Amino acid sequence: MENMISILIVDDEESVRESLNSWFAEDGYSVKCAENAKTALSILEGRRFDIILADLKMPGMDGLEMLRRIKSMDKDAIVIVMTAFATVDTAVKSLKDGAFDYVTKPFDPDDLSHLIRNASQQIILTRENETLKSRVDSLTSVEDLIGKSEGIQTVLREIESVAPTNSSVIITGESGTGKELVARAIHANSQRKFYPMVSVHCGALTESLLESELFGHEKGAFTGALYNRKGRFEMADSGTIFLDEIATISTKMQIELLRVLETKSFVRVGGNKEISSDFRVICATNKDLKKMVEEGTFREDLYYRLNVMNIHVPPLRERKDDIPLLVNYFISKYCTSMNKPLLTIEPAALKRMLDYPFPGNIRELENMIERAIVVGNSKRIMLKDLPFNKELIDSDVESLEDFEKAFVLQILNKYNWNISRTAQALKVDRVTLYNKIKKYGLKD
Amino acid sequence: MIHQDIILVPCGHFEKRFLETIARRVGFEFNCPVNTVEVRIELGDAYDPGRRQYNADKLLKALSSLVLANNSSKIIGLFDVDLFIPILTYIFGQAQLSGRYAIASAYRLKNERYGMKSDDVLLQERFIKEVIHELGHTMGLVHCYNPVCVMRSGTYLEDIDQKGSTRCYACRKITQVL
Repeated sequence: MENMISILIVDDEESVRESLNSWFAEDGYSVKCAENAKTALSILEGRRFDIILADLKMPGMDGLEMLRRIKSMDKDAIVIVMTAFATVDTAVKSLKDGAFDYVTKPFDPDDLSHLIRNASQQIILTRENETLKSRVDSLTSVEDLIGKSEGIQTVLREIESVAPTNSSVIITGESGTGKELVARAIHANSQRKFYPMVSVHCGALTESLLESELFGHEKGAFTGALYNRKGRFEMADSGTIFLDEIATISTKMQIELLRVLETKSFVRVGGNKEISSDFRVICATNKDLKKMVEEGTFREDLYYRLNVMNIHVPPLRERKDDIPLLVNYFISKYCTSMNKPLLTIEPAALKRMLDYPFPGNIRELENMIERAIVVGNSKRIMLKDLPFNKELIDSDVESLEDFEKAFVLQILNKYNWNISRTAQALKVDRVTLYNKIKKYGLKD
Repeated sequence: MIHQDIILVPCGHFEKRFLETIARRVGFEFNCPVNTVEVRIELGDAYDPGRRQYNADKLLKALSSLVLANNSSKIIGLFDVDLFIPILTYIFGQAQLSGRYAIASAYRLKNERYGMKSDDVLLQERFIKEVIHELGHTMGLVHCYNPVCVMRSGTYLEDIDQKGSTRCYACRKITQVL
C-alpha cells in the first residue's frame, strides 16, 4: 500500500531534490520534483499527490504561501515543510496553516522514514475511512426488509419518509416480525448513520439494571460499580438509541425516560454532573401501547412523546405473498454462510410453509430454513427437512391463539418446562416466553 | 543467473582477504563473476568541510565517470569515509536505482564509532549486507518489507544486524525477471 503513495518534492536546490528523489525511489514511492512553488502548483492542478515535501525558503513564492494555496486547493493534502533555518515562529505558522509536520534539514535518515511512514499511515486510514463510509450505504440499506406485499411496501415507504427527520418512532408488531431491522433501516437512512445505533432490550433488564444501563454510573454508585461507566444514552450521542420492548419499563423509568427525552440531558447513577447527549429515539413493542395508556399502565405524556410516528410491521401471516421471497433470501443467506451450493425448495415444502401461520413470524421462518439447510442432504429442501409437527398441523385447532398456545405448551413439555431451553428452541427471549405462559394461563 | 558481471572498486584501505570475502559472497548471492579493480578517486572533491563528511552524490558521479568495463557491468565503489547526501545527516550507501553505479561505506558500520568494542567479523558481515543491498538497487530492487531480506531498509546498525545477507524469494524472483 505504501508503495502506491505519491510524493511531490518542492525545493530550489537540485541536490536536495535529487537526494530525496533517489531516497524515496529506493522505497518504491512514486516521486516527482519541482524546483519552485509555481511549478509545483501547476503540477498539482493536473494531478494529486499524497505527500508534498516543500522547502520553506524558495525564490519567488515561499513555502508558507505555497502551503496556503495547496490547502485552498485540497484541504486533505499532506504537506511537510522543510527548512534549513528553523525558528519556532515559522514552525508554529506552518503548522497553524495546516502543515502535517515541520522538519529541519538535514534530517536523520530514521526521522525521515518515520515521518513518511506516519504520513502514509494517515493517508491509508483516510482512504480506508472514505471507502468504508461509501460502503455504509450499501451495507445498511433496507434490502434486508424483503417483500413485495402491500404491508411491507407501506413499511418501506414510512421508513423512507421518517428516516431523514429527527422524530421519535414507535415500531409495533408481533415478536419476530423484524422490528429491530426496521429501526436499523431508519438509522441507516438518516443523517446519523455515521454514528452508532445503540440497542437496549428493556425487557431483559431489571429496573435498577436498566437505569444503570441507560444512564451509566459513577464508580462506587452501588456494590459492584468498580469503575465509571458510560450509559447507553451517552454512547448514542449523535446517533440513535433503540429501546426494544419499551412497554416493559416500570412507571419510575417511564418518568425518568420522559425527562431525558424532553431535556436530552441526564445524570449518571451516583453522579451529580449533568451530561448532555444528542440522540434520536426509536422504540419497539409488541404490545398495544394505546391500550396500556387507557389502562393506566403506560404514561400518556411519554406515549405522545415517543409516538411522533408509528410504523406497524405486519405479521407474516398477513403477507404470505412474501414467503417465497423470504425463503429464497434465507436459503441464499445460509447456503453462502455455510459454504454450501445454492439449494432450491420442493414445491410441497413451500406449499406447507404457505399454509402455516408462522406464530414466530420471520424469525421462525428463518430458523426453519437454517435448520433445513443443516439437516437436509439433497440439493433441495424437502418437506421432511422442515420441523413441522404433523400432530399439531393436523389437529383441530383453528384460531391462531389456540395454535400458538398449543405449540408453546408442546415445546415447554418437550423441554420439561426448562424456560431457557424452550425460549432458545422457540427463538424468543425468556421474557416473551413468560408473557406467553401468562397470557395463555399455561402454568397453574 | 544474472547475465552481467560485478566490479568492486575499493577506494580506501581494505585488506586483501576482506575484499576477497566480499567478492566471493557477492558472487555467490548474484551468481555472477565479481572482479576487483583498484582505481584512484579524488575524495577531496566530495569533501564538505562544513559537515566534515563526504557527499555521496559527488562520489557516485566520480565513480560513474570512470571507464572500467563493458556497459552491462554493475560497479560499486567501496569506501571507508562518512557519507552524506544533502538532505540526510548520514547514509551507509547510495545507488542508482536500475542503474550501473553504487557506493557503500564501512565507516558507520564499525562498532567503535558507537563506543563499542571493535569487531572485524561483524563489520565484514555488515559491509557485505550493505554492498549486496546497494547492488540490489542497481538491479531495480526497491526496499523490501521482509524482515530478513537484505533489501530491507536499514537506517541504524541494529537494522542491518537484524536482516539477512541474501535476497528473499520475492526479490530474487524480481531480479530474475529483470
